[in-house]
Amino acid sequence: MADTAKPKGGGTARTGSRRRTRKDSTPDIADEQPKTLLDYYRQMLLIRRFEERTAQAYTQARIGGYCHLNLGEEATVVGLMTALQERDYLFTNYREHGYALGKGIHPRRVMAELYGRSTGVSKGWGGSMHMFDTEARLLGGYGIVGGQLPLAIGAALAVSYRGGDEVVMCQMGDGTTNIGAFHESLNIAALWNLPVVFVVINNFTGMGTTVEKSSAEPDLYKRGSAYRMEGVRVDGQDVLAVRNAAADLVERARAEQQPFLLEAVSYRLKGHSVVDPAKYRTSEQSEEAKANDPLAAFETRLTEAGILTDELKQEIAESVREEVTDAADFAENSPHPEVSTLFDYTYATPVPNESSRMPADPVFAE
Amino acid sequence: MSVITYRQALRDTLRAEMHRDENVLLLGEEIGVFEGSYKITEGLLKEFGERRVRDTPIAEEGFVGAAIGAAMLGLRPVVELMTINFSLIAIDQIINHAAKIYGMFGGQTSVPLVIRTPGGGGQQLGATHSQNIELFYSFIPGLKVLAPSTPAEAASMLRAAIRDDDPVLFLENLGLYNTKGEVPDDDTTVAEIGRAAVTREGTDITLIGYSRMAMVTSQVAEKLAEDGISVEVVDLRSLRPLDRETIVESVKKTGCAVIAEDDWLTYGIGAEIAASIQEGAFDYLDAPVRRVAMAEVPMPYAKPLETAAMPSAESITTVIHETLSAVGRRVG
Repeated sequence: MADTAKPKGGGTARTGSRRRTRKDSTPDIADEQPKTLLDYYRQMLLIRRFEERTAQAYTQARIGGYCHLNLGEEATVVGLMTALQERDYLFTNYREHGYALGKGIHPRRVMAELYGRSTGVSKGWGGSMHMFDTEARLLGGYGIVGGQLPLAIGAALAVSYRGGDEVVMCQMGDGTTNIGAFHESLNIAALWNLPVVFVVINNFTGMGTTVEKSSAEPDLYKRGSAYRMEGVRVDGQDVLAVRNAAADLVERARAEQQPFLLEAVSYRLKGHSVVDPAKYRTSEQSEEAKANDPLAAFETRLTEAGILTDELKQEIAESVREEVTDAADFAENSPHPEVSTLFDYTYATPVPNESSRMPADPVFAE
Repeated sequence: MSVITYRQALRDTLRAEMHRDENVLLLGEEIGVFEGSYKITEGLLKEFGERRVRDTPIAEEGFVGAAIGAAMLGLRPVVELMTINFSLIAIDQIINHAAKIYGMFGGQTSVPLVIRTPGGGGQQLGATHSQNIELFYSFIPGLKVLAPSTPAEAASMLRAAIRDDDPVLFLENLGLYNTKGEVPDDDTTVAEIGRAAVTREGTDITLIGYSRMAMVTSQVAEKLAEDGISVEVVDLRSLRPLDRETIVESVKKTGCAVIAEDDWLTYGIGAEIAASIQEGAFDYLDAPVRRVAMAEVPMPYAKPLETAAMPSAESITTVIHETLSAVGRRVG
């Protein structure tokens, strides 16, 4: 299934071996229901088209702020999200649109958030990096690298405190493994036996800095070893491998009440954000990313297996296109939040002397 | 009425709130087995067990963040930070997460969290352990900052903080833990967050303080009363939200004001108070608003230097006399 780092095992190669994820044990699609496979394919295609539309809307200035896309990570996103039960919680970083879709949030509400509309998943208060939905149990995208980890272990603490059986999944990028919050959180999660699965999406680059240049242990799945936490590396380009590895760890976290670390080796098809042309990449690296396009690979596999016929392919493409267009239309036609709501969400419990002063107002209103 | 210490008031309140609400749990360094660096949590591990009184590793960012995450799921954690200086290690979680989560996600989840932590100085702890940086948190919308100065207030304000659905930075003070005061028996008073209090009425001058300085200002006022000077004392109690009305109403009555603060003067809490007074009571002011604040140095260890750097009853008294002299109302 994947490389594993048991707490007491493991070699110590100082060069990253991310490219050498074992392919010999790729899950066989013959073991899967065609319906399931087509569903994964459709979800991956939806993320791809949604993100392409997002990039377009960004360049048309319909979307503001920073905008990080899941292009190239579709297999990882769909594999991870299908491994979770509905009651499980998810924390992510700022590259999260696909996760919101994968957690079951309607594309309309995700796109409306990107457009900053009141119909958005965070009512237009969060934007691209800060999506949240209580019902879907997406407990936030977070814009500060590593900020979501302490929160995720806290959510797992609440679950554990109440004797619940939910699991918390906490997604992050490869660069996050070097910040203090990562180590503090893994340590506490291991000490307190918290049901959390940390997932590192290793796309080889934190903005433009490589894993080898930033991590003294570039085999990131081994970085839980200091906390006796089992780590697993999986080929993030293979939706079935990701789902299997993640589901195994999620269910073990639930049953054994302990944390795990999963590394999904993935590729970022574009730059760090929409505006990044990724000039730091060599043409070979860009070619490698394209050659590892998970959507194209999955499409080929399903076609070769006779599961995805030309007719089905066209049908799915058309329905995804309609869904994305509908989402963008919905966003475009949704209202912006009213300025009169500006002070609605500063405090949950109203108290005297809260300020509702506009910039040019006097401190003491007459 | 019973006379108890500020420390005892905090401990009794924590204990009662834990009995009242199963969702209240304590997290912090050395709060369990060691019973707290300042013994606020003495006896609580024995009474409530490890599930609800949780010793943490030395990892402020990690355990403050964990408390925020637990609060998002409806627990009501009370975190102890050994001193406010160590909050700097958790500041990303406090400012970028605790203070933002309610607004940033459109009001979908609140963060009912209390961070208890003492400020102070005067304990010869040197530069990194003697800072009063409550201003950092008072600056941030989304946080509430409370600074009780008496045992009764410590109890009623801690009760309010725990029951409030927002993150509250609850400022204690090393110099207050052993101070005593009357607390009603079987007290269940819940203070109103966001209100200052006029703790002593007077007519000659308004003297404003909070936390330890609210205690010192009361003592100064009492002493000056013997000389026939009538000082009105305002205890801010809540640094965010800030009760400007109470301050300004007092200054309108007295015509002049002195602010006593344990933090540094430049950009400090007193600067905001002074700015509020000039905007709210400009026509009533008979003298410049003066501030008595910490000398602007990294706090030295040596006792004479430390003592000289800190505001004191004497320095406050001097500035009150100077201000009254400037008004021309009275020369002390």
